[in-house]
Amino acid sequence: MSTRTGTYTLRSKRRRATLVAKRRKAALRTAAFMSPWLIGFCVFFAYPLISTLYFSFTQYDGFAPPKFDGLKNWSYVFDEYTLFWPALRNTLWLVVVMVSCRVVFGLGIGLLITRIKTGTGVFRTLFYLPYLAPPVAATLGFVFLLNPGTGPVNSLLGELGLPTPGWFTDATWSKPALTALAVWGVGDLMVIFMAALLDVPKEQYEAAELDGATAYQRFRFVTLPNISPIVMFAVVTGIIQTMQYYTQPLVAGKVASGVMGGSGQQFEPGYPDKSTLTLPQLVYNLGFQRFDYGSACVVALVLFVLAMAFTALLMRRRSGLIQAGE
Amino acid sequence: MAQALDTLKATDPSAGPVTPAERVARRKALLNWIAVHALGVAAALFFVLPFVFLFLTSLMSDQQALTRDLWPHPFEWSNYRKVFDTPGFLTWWKNTLLYAGLGTVLTVVSSLPVAYALAKFRFRGRHLSLMLVISMMMLPPQVVVIPMYLFWAKQLDMSGTLWPLIIPMAFGDAFSIFLLRQFLLTIPNEYLDAAKVDGCGELRTLLKVVLPMARPGIAAVALFQFFYAWNDYFGPQIYASENPAAWTLSYGLESFKGAHHTDWNLTMAATVLVMAPVILVFFFAQKAFVEGVTLTGVKG
Repeated sequence: MSTRTGTYTLRSKRRRATLVAKRRKAALRTAAFMSPWLIGFCVFFAYPLISTLYFSFTQYDGFAPPKFDGLKNWSYVFDEYTLFWPALRNTLWLVVVMVSCRVVFGLGIGLLITRIKTGTGVFRTLFYLPYLAPPVAATLGFVFLLNPGTGPVNSLLGELGLPTPGWFTDATWSKPALTALAVWGVGDLMVIFMAALLDVPKEQYEAAELDGATAYQRFRFVTLPNISPIVMFAVVTGIIQTMQYYTQPLVAGKVASGVMGGSGQQFEPGYPDKSTLTLPQLVYNLGFQRFDYGSACVVALVLFVLAMAFTALLMRRRSGLIQAGE
Repeated sequence: MAQALDTLKATDPSAGPVTPAERVARRKALLNWIAVHALGVAAALFFVLPFVFLFLTSLMSDQQALTRDLWPHPFEWSNYRKVFDTPGFLTWWKNTLLYAGLGTVLTVVSSLPVAYALAKFRFRGRHLSLMLVISMMMLPPQVVVIPMYLFWAKQLDMSGTLWPLIIPMAFGDAFSIFLLRQFLLTIPNEYLDAAKVDGCGELRTLLKVVLPMARPGIAAVALFQFFYAWNDYFGPQIYASENPAAWTLSYGLESFKGAHHTDWNLTMAATVLVMAPVILVFFFAQKAFVEGVTLTGVKG
C-alpha cells in the first residue's frame, strides 16, 4: 500500500516536473516569437513616451542638459504660444467637415460601385487610384490645379460664371481645398463600405420591397442599420487620422506661400494666416525650428491624449469595430 | 448562364407576348442602368481628371504652363529628361528604393512571427499585447519624435541618414503585425495541428505551413509598408533634411518645386514621376492579390 502511494506521488511529481518544463518551454517560445515587437515596444514606444513626459517639465534645447522647470512649458503652450489654439481650432474644423465629407462621399461611392454592373473592375480601379497618390505629389498637384490665376479649376469656374476663390492662398478657402484633396483620395473608405454593403443580407431587401418600401426607406431602415458599425469605424479612424494630419497641410502651405523648399528655409507656419496649422506641425515648429524641446513635448502629449482617447473608443467594442475594419 | 438565357428569351419578341407590366419593369431597369452608369462616369471623371491635367501640364513649355491652355502645344517630352538631369533626382530615387525596399523586407520578417504568436499561441498577456499593438498603430509619430530624434542624432550620431527610419522596421511594425494577425486568424488550426503531428516545431510550422498560406496577407502588408515608406515625408524631414544626399523622392519633390518655382511644367513632370511607380506597383500587385486569394482558397 505504502509503496503504491509512493510510486504514485513520485509519478505525479515527475509528471508535474515535465509539465513545468513544458510550460517554461512554451513561455520561452512565445517570448522568442514576440521578441522583435517586445524590443520595439520598449525602445520605440515606452521609453520615448516616458521621456516625452519628463521633457515636458524641463527646459531643454538639446545642448545644455535639461533643467527642471515645473509647469512653465505647459502654461507657455496654453497661454502664450500663439499657434496652439488656431491649430486646435483647425483640427476641430477638419474633424467636423473633412471627416464627414469623406464618410458621406465614401459611402456614396460605395453605394454607386455596388450598383454598377458593367465595367465594375475598371470603375473600382479608377475610384481607388487617387488614394494611392503619394501625399506630397497629390498636394503639389492640387495646389497647381487650384491655383487662383491660371489653374484649370478656376478657369472652368470662370467660364461658368461662378466665383473663383483663392483656395490655398485664401484663409477661408484653404481648408475647403484640403477637404477636396481628402475627398479625392476616398478610395480606402470606398473599399471598406463596398465590402460592408455586399454583406447586407439580400432577404432583408426583398422583405422591405414586399412591404412596399421606397428606395430611401430601404436605405434608411435596411442598409444603414446593417452597416452602422462600419460607419462608426470610418468616423473614429477618420478622427484619429485627422489628429495626425501633417504632410498635406504643411506642403500646401509651403508651396502656396511660394517659399523655397528644402532644409532651413523658414516659412510662415500655417500659411495663409495660420489656417492650415495642425497640432503635429507645432511639434515640428517648437522642436526643430525653435529648439524648445520642452514645449514641443507638451504639444506631443496633448496629441497623445487626443489620439488615445479615440483609440479607446475604437477598442471599447473591439470585437465589433476593429474586426469590422479589416 | 441560365439567368442570362432567360433574359435573352424575355427580350426576344418571338418568345411570346410581352405583358405591359413587364415592359414597364424592363424600361425602368434600363433607365436605372443608364442613371447609375452616368453617375459612375461622372465620378470617374472627378477621380481621373486631376491626373490628366497634371500629365498634360507636365508636357507643356514653361510659358504655356502659366496660361489657361489645357492641351500642350507642342509636346515637350524633353521636360522628363530635364527632371532626370536635375542634380540629386537619381539619388532621391536610390534612397527611396533603399528605404522602401529594405524597410519592407525588414518589416515583414520581423512582424510575421509576432503576428503568428498573437494569432495562434495562447499565453498570458496576449490580449494586453494586442491592445498595445493597436495603441502603437494609432500613435501619431510626432508624439515620440523628440526623444527619438535625440536618441538617433545625439547618442548614435545618425542624423543626415535614413537609418533612423529603416532600423526600427526590424523590430516589428504595429500596423503590419495587426493586419497579419487578422489574416492568420483565418487559417484553420487543423493545418497547424497536422504539421505538429508530423513532428514540426512552431518555427517549422510557421515557415512550411503558414508562410505559403499567408502569402496574400504578406503581399498586402508588404504593399502597404512599401507605400508608407515611399510616401513618408515627416521621417525624412526630421532625420535627412540637413543632408540632401539622403533625401527621398517625397521629401525632395517639395524642394524641387522651390528650386523651379515658376516652372510648373517641370514640377508636374517630377510629380508624375513620383506617382507613377506607386501606381505601376499597384497594377501588378492587384493581380497578385487576386491570384493569391483564389490560389490558396483562403478568404482574404
